[in-house]
Amino acid sequence: MSKKQDKKHQQLSAEPSLDFSKALSYTPAPESSAHIRLKKQYDLFINGAWVKPSKGGYFDTINPATEQVLAKVAEATQEDVDKAVKAARAAYENVWSKMPARERAKYIYRIARLIQERAREFAVIESMDGGKPIRESRDIDVPLAANHFFYYAGWADKLEYAFPGKNPESIGVAGQIIPWNFPLLMAAWKIAPALAAGNTVVLKPAESTPLTALKLAEIIEESGLPAGVVNIVTGAGATGAAIVNHPDIDKIAFTGSTDVGKLIQKAIAGTGKKLTLELGGKAANIIFEDAALDQAVEGIVNGIFFNQGHVCCAGSRLFVQEGVADKVIRKLKDRMASLIVGDPMDKNTDIGAINSPEQLKKINEYLKIGVNEGGEVFQPNCSIPAKGYFCKPTLFLNTSQSHRVVQEEIFGPVLAVQTFRTVEEVIEKANNTPYGLSAGVWTDKGSKIFNMTTKLKAGVVWANTYNKFDPSSPFGGFRESGFGREGGLHGLLPYLKLR
Amino acid sequence: MASTSTTKKPTAKKTEVASSNGQAETKQTGSSRIKVQKTYKIFINGQFPRTESGRYYPLTLTDGSIVNLCLSSRKDIRNAVVAAREVQEKWAARAGLNKSQILYRLAEMLETRSSQFIEELQLMGATKEDAAKETETAIDRLIYYAGWCDKFNAVFSSVNPVSSSHFNFSSNEPTGVVTIVAAEESGLLGLVSVMAPVIAGGNTCVVLASESKALSAVTLAEVIATSDIPAGVVNILTGTRKELLAHMANHMDVNAIYLHSNKAEEIKEVETLSALNVKRARIEFVSNWFEPKEENPYRIQDFIEVKTTWHPIGI
Repeated sequence: MSKKQDKKHQQLSAEPSLDFSKALSYTPAPESSAHIRLKKQYDLFINGAWVKPSKGGYFDTINPATEQVLAKVAEATQEDVDKAVKAARAAYENVWSKMPARERAKYIYRIARLIQERAREFAVIESMDGGKPIRESRDIDVPLAANHFFYYAGWADKLEYAFPGKNPESIGVAGQIIPWNFPLLMAAWKIAPALAAGNTVVLKPAESTPLTALKLAEIIEESGLPAGVVNIVTGAGATGAAIVNHPDIDKIAFTGSTDVGKLIQKAIAGTGKKLTLELGGKAANIIFEDAALDQAVEGIVNGIFFNQGHVCCAGSRLFVQEGVADKVIRKLKDRMASLIVGDPMDKNTDIGAINSPEQLKKINEYLKIGVNEGGEVFQPNCSIPAKGYFCKPTLFLNTSQSHRVVQEEIFGPVLAVQTFRTVEEVIEKANNTPYGLSAGVWTDKGSKIFNMTTKLKAGVVWANTYNKFDPSSPFGGFRESGFGREGGLHGLLPYLKLR
Repeated sequence: MASTSTTKKPTAKKTEVASSNGQAETKQTGSSRIKVQKTYKIFINGQFPRTESGRYYPLTLTDGSIVNLCLSSRKDIRNAVVAAREVQEKWAARAGLNKSQILYRLAEMLETRSSQFIEELQLMGATKEDAAKETETAIDRLIYYAGWCDKFNAVFSSVNPVSSSHFNFSSNEPTGVVTIVAAEESGLLGLVSVMAPVIAGGNTCVVLASESKALSAVTLAEVIATSDIPAGVVNILTGTRKELLAHMANHMDVNAIYLHSNKAEEIKEVETLSALNVKRARIEFVSNWFEPKEENPYRIQDFIEVKTTWHPIGI
């Protein structure tokens, strides 16, 4: 190594030099929440009407950035779930399965349009209830949700073209349970294909983020969708279990953790219910020496810090080829120093609030585990609000395959970094996990991309990009990341019987 | 001279005597030659071991003779899964055309030995007509799926018109290692009809054959061994569902299970154990394997995983 190179190398290994908090300060740019309409209390949406919970229980949903209560939400019991299933069954038998497919489509199109009309209100509520930056809810969650309905609406009268040689038929009543990381978007991913395929729905949003699903119920009411076609019941695990175990539900669709997914798979064993599971992940994001490194660094940041890392497909294991490891990590640290952690409603914010105190506790436990395992921790010197649940973006350097922060899904802004030398080595390491949801590859060589994307065991592979989603693009995992696809033509199959 | 695979030809029944060590002697007109008997073994990694457990179960054939089949154990399943896992990616990486030709070759081998299958099916209770029909349909079914190897991906893939500036496509990859619990009632056709789509999709498999109609499965293993199917792609065990079903379903390095059953307790057991590692459990009961609708590419689709790849479009 020449002296000049040596000097450069040393510079790159130094601590991050960009401290935006001193050089520049951003004036707060908060999104207004004055225009939103939130009720103090929400009942259950069953059979086209708002129904009080049978046991009269309500729970609070809070804003994780302020810890303030946003609304009270009904807790659905077994009895309420039963009511919802009965409504869905009746709507299926009497109305929805008999309606001409193109009429069905029009209702779904109408829902898409109504979401678009009220997009900003939904984005604001999504950020308030879940803690995600308004930039993300406004530019990603809400538009994608609307587009998802719009996309699947068009499939309703074209199903026979999707499955050559088969006659697709609806299944019946679908029970759907969704997580708290993309509350409205997951509701759209579940409801839109189910309705397009001619099924009716009982959906339970996550207990920490029920508001946008309830607002969606308002839209559904407004759309004139026949009563009972979509029922929304709020509650926690017990409500979910009541859906999973209900004898008159024909299909369960679940998005959430692998542990709960396994419980559900076991619970419905022998019942004849159809099942799709979209579970956890621990995605490898792989940077080769010949990658466009600045773009790759943006991809790493987007891969792990998007939505505070509350993403099942988050690129939470970084693999950097040895020759560029110092450089990439230095650039990554610099970039992390410029991230703004704080008020989700501020349009400058990059990383919002952790969804719940429980999740923050879990992440903090992993931070301790990572340190105890011998990982070298890096966090930028950024400020975080005193109130609310926040976590600084975190790197664990010098980790190895056996570390728990490498093996287990943390579901937070925590990235475990490893290096590699050869293509074979990184494929082996990347695939060495029970998960198989997603992966990322960064290189400028096309043949290397296809070699990698073919060999990585993952349902979604992003090459020279990361965390991109589209209604027309199937999403779902290999192995213990679940089965069935959501999105695209392939997303229809879980909601159909092929005769 | 037809077969060397069974203890006796049905027509030779009257001229056969069981010797003291349980082996049958065949006296045939004009020949005093003693017939060589076949030992029925299992098929793991392209080889024909006996079960590691050393156990057997007797199967009485329609001619009154009794053959001893391997009563396979959990350890046999585990050995077979190791072999299936070892070769799975190599099998999947073969070109569709190559897999297609290999399955076609398997059909060729089956055709040349069809008289043996017909004879064995009769020994296990089929009429001559039914035995011939089952053998012929099994051969044709192999050829049917041979043709799909390099075509199903075109049918089940898609290029997805995403709104952003990306090229995005979804293609199909094998689920991995599949355990198959084959139809009890249909020893040859029931097995071929599920094995062929599983391997056509690039998976490898461990098959538990029909307990009562196991001869066809063992002979099929011999056909597979003499075709170009790489060792480990298909492994065939004989034994009892009662003992082995749970082990077929709970193995943590198996990605999917294909169970032929209409028994509620079997289905529940398999689905419950599948949850251990989010195994895909495909369960069906086919009453008539001869129906043309029982051969279709959707049986391949049941054992493939959709992979979606994104790449930016631009400079």
